[in-house]
Amino acid sequence: MLKSAISFGTTLILLCYVSVIHADQIQLRDYCPPGFEKQQNQCKLRSLYQMYSSLQGQGVGGLKTALPSYRDGFSPEQIDLGRYLFFDPLLSKNRDMACSSCHQTTKGFSDGLPRSIGANGEELSRAAPSLWNVAFLKSFFWDGHAHSLEEQMQGPLFSEKEMANTPENLMKNLRANKEYKRLFKQAFPTSKQIELNDVYLSLAAFESSLISLNSRYDQYAHGFHEALNDKEVQGLNIFRSFVARCAECHTPPLFTNQQIAVIGAPDPDGLSFDPGAQIPLNDPLFRGGFKVPSLRNINRTAPYMHSGKFSTLGEVAAFYTGGRGHAVPEGEKLYLHWHIWEPNLSDEELDRIVDFLQTLTDESFMPQIPEQVPSGLKAVYDY
Amino acid sequence: MPRLTLRWIQYSLMALMLLAASIQASAKVLEVKDGQSIQAAVKKAQPGDTIKVFPATYKETVYIDKDNITISGVRIKGEWPVMDGEKKLNDAVLYSGHGITVEQLKIIHYKGNAIMGQAGNNYIIRNNLIIDSGVYGIFPQFGKNGLIEHNVLSGIEDAAIYVGMCDNIDVRHNEVFDSVAGIEIENSRHALVENNYVHNNTGGILAFITPGLPIKTTFDVIIRNNFVVNNNHENFGEPGSLVAGIPPGTGMLIMAADDVTIENNIISGNDNSGIAIVDLRFSAGLGVDPGSDPNPDGLRILDNLMIDNGNNPVGDVKKLMMATFSSRGPDIASISRGKNNCIVNENKYRTFGLGLGGFSECNAENAKSTASITTMTLDKDFEAKELGTLEKGQVAYYAICAGCHAYNIRMIGPQTMAIQALYMDNPKGIADYIANPEKKRENFPSMPPQNYLPEDVRMAVAEYMLSLTAETKKDNISDEVGHEKGNY
Repeated sequence: MLKSAISFGTTLILLCYVSVIHADQIQLRDYCPPGFEKQQNQCKLRSLYQMYSSLQGQGVGGLKTALPSYRDGFSPEQIDLGRYLFFDPLLSKNRDMACSSCHQTTKGFSDGLPRSIGANGEELSRAAPSLWNVAFLKSFFWDGHAHSLEEQMQGPLFSEKEMANTPENLMKNLRANKEYKRLFKQAFPTSKQIELNDVYLSLAAFESSLISLNSRYDQYAHGFHEALNDKEVQGLNIFRSFVARCAECHTPPLFTNQQIAVIGAPDPDGLSFDPGAQIPLNDPLFRGGFKVPSLRNINRTAPYMHSGKFSTLGEVAAFYTGGRGHAVPEGEKLYLHWHIWEPNLSDEELDRIVDFLQTLTDESFMPQIPEQVPSGLKAVYDY
Repeated sequence: MPRLTLRWIQYSLMALMLLAASIQASAKVLEVKDGQSIQAAVKKAQPGDTIKVFPATYKETVYIDKDNITISGVRIKGEWPVMDGEKKLNDAVLYSGHGITVEQLKIIHYKGNAIMGQAGNNYIIRNNLIIDSGVYGIFPQFGKNGLIEHNVLSGIEDAAIYVGMCDNIDVRHNEVFDSVAGIEIENSRHALVENNYVHNNTGGILAFITPGLPIKTTFDVIIRNNFVVNNNHENFGEPGSLVAGIPPGTGMLIMAADDVTIENNIISGNDNSGIAIVDLRFSAGLGVDPGSDPNPDGLRILDNLMIDNGNNPVGDVKKLMMATFSSRGPDIASISRGKNNCIVNENKYRTFGLGLGGFSECNAENAKSTASITTMTLDKDFEAKELGTLEKGQVAYYAICAGCHAYNIRMIGPQTMAIQALYMDNPKGIADYIANPEKKRENFPSMPPQNYLPEDVRMAVAEYMLSLTAETKKDNISDEVGHEKGNY
């Protein structure tokens, strides 16, 4: 009893010590992350794609096509505060999970698992999606049920199965923390105290700064054709051909058209059928429908599909040539997307598609993982 | 800054003039003959060049990721240059560049499309002969300002001419037959479909919305002076495709499209219905789209010659026929709940359901002919937003260089300030160095080459770097640079 009281006390002292000595040194950056220009203390996105336009301003098309509309204009301090929050386990009920538990920098901001693991060590029902380029997305979650990053993050933060926190507990913990009080004051000078909306906004600001648009594919798109080798160009041509039809939904420049599509992708053995977007849209036509994911940095985010059925991109590519509806469970009536057909791609063509997908990788704007986080807890990261 | 800007305007103008002159002067003609490859010529071609393809058979996929290239077949004594996919190759011609012309090619036996555009603007596709070649014959997608004329297409298993998610398009003087769908205007705006001969397809001319696409409207379409004849072909569309649901004998199909005017067509011998007007519920199985209005509104059916339609109605039209105790199908059937639709002199035709479909007699204003509209294409080429030189430099600096360089903070590379000290008054020095960098500083990693940036962008970014100061408040890039607005 005495022993544990002493060690508790020591821990407390140690914690205080750590926070006094180290955390106090945290200064929010007053400059924007790479890819952004600071104007009137707002970070504005800059991309070579801003040299182009797109039909109806929708940001879908071909090589020299403008981007979809996006979130930007956050202050450098808000983005940087978001970076600390993102890696800080203080945001979870048990103080052992952060956003970065399931969105890991080394895994394309996903987690390498077929389905993520939540607060109680329990497996969740779907895979963690990548966060690269979320600034451009209009809907979130595999079934598209949230329509802003702020709405999205309340899912994992407050789901009992995921980070298991509550808004009240989160506020209590943040407001009790001197460091966060000081940092929120810097990022939100007009707020009297830490507010939930400021937490959401900071996280959204950081997530919106994860930009990946400088891949070798992009160099090709901007006109430097030597950026891709012959096999990769063959892959691009198969990818955008009307036989494989990949680009019809994974449309450049983001490699998603952001629509819900019913493709009949299988769930791993033993899992019950996931109705996907049927639930939020309350429409059986969307049964088994999921949001078309972007393919940027796709070679970092295995395994693939909503519940991680496929471990390689080769398996994914093969799925699409396996025949319309070949993996739909017996007794399920799905309204499959019209582009799901029988393209009869050869093994060589599938390999070329996979070659091409490797060219969509760009992590040059990888954010820095904070050495320490304001809570004094150990920042969560995966190496 | 003002001084610099002025100098830059002068420089830019001079550069532009020089550039324009050099394009004019250097436009070349490349010839491709038997045994040679069209793609090899495309690789060599520069914007402005024309590739002449001589009669012979070419078995390849040609992709054009450059602007202002013309591929022009040469016909000699009735012999055509033939692109033959042998049912093995995917697409014949696939372009993403702007200002592409494809003409005078005979294209047969490809598996995907004969000619497909992906976001190329200002295109011309004409005088091509396309036979039994894949899913779509001519399919420009995401393109603004295009002309499709004098093509002859047959035996296509989806749409022979498919204008998908485009704006400002003319489709005229084409002959389209023996295909599942003749001419489709899908999720597109400002289209003129005129003087086409559309016969013996399953469905002749279609204007519609497909749900689930990122661009969600079809409006401002004129279908005028076409022959739409005997479109009774058995439906051989791929199962699951949208057209697989088109009943044989459908002369025209308007589905969920708005502001479509149908004028002066000869519509005859279409066994199901001369014109069928439906809403998105018709496409059961494809789903509706929360972003699209499912009903066809603002249609105008002006004077048309309609004879001998409805001899053998099927599906919904047949049900409607039974419900009205008729023994014959209609010239015009509406199976929809649209509004503000009108028709001139409905009594001339056999019609089903127009009242329920929101039709009434056109008033004087709505009955006006479209004759004064001669084209839906633009007066001059659509120019993608062009940034000024300094803006280009600004965008490139933050989009790329800022990954490693900041003005006065040490990042992966040296501070921009330090680079300025080295290259003051020498932007060319920077532009050259970044294309082909060598290791210069002991305690910094070597820089990756930026040779993929075109020379003008490298110069622009060099100028921009030299113009930076600690607290530069540059002439702000207008918000439009980043935030493109939809214009509908």
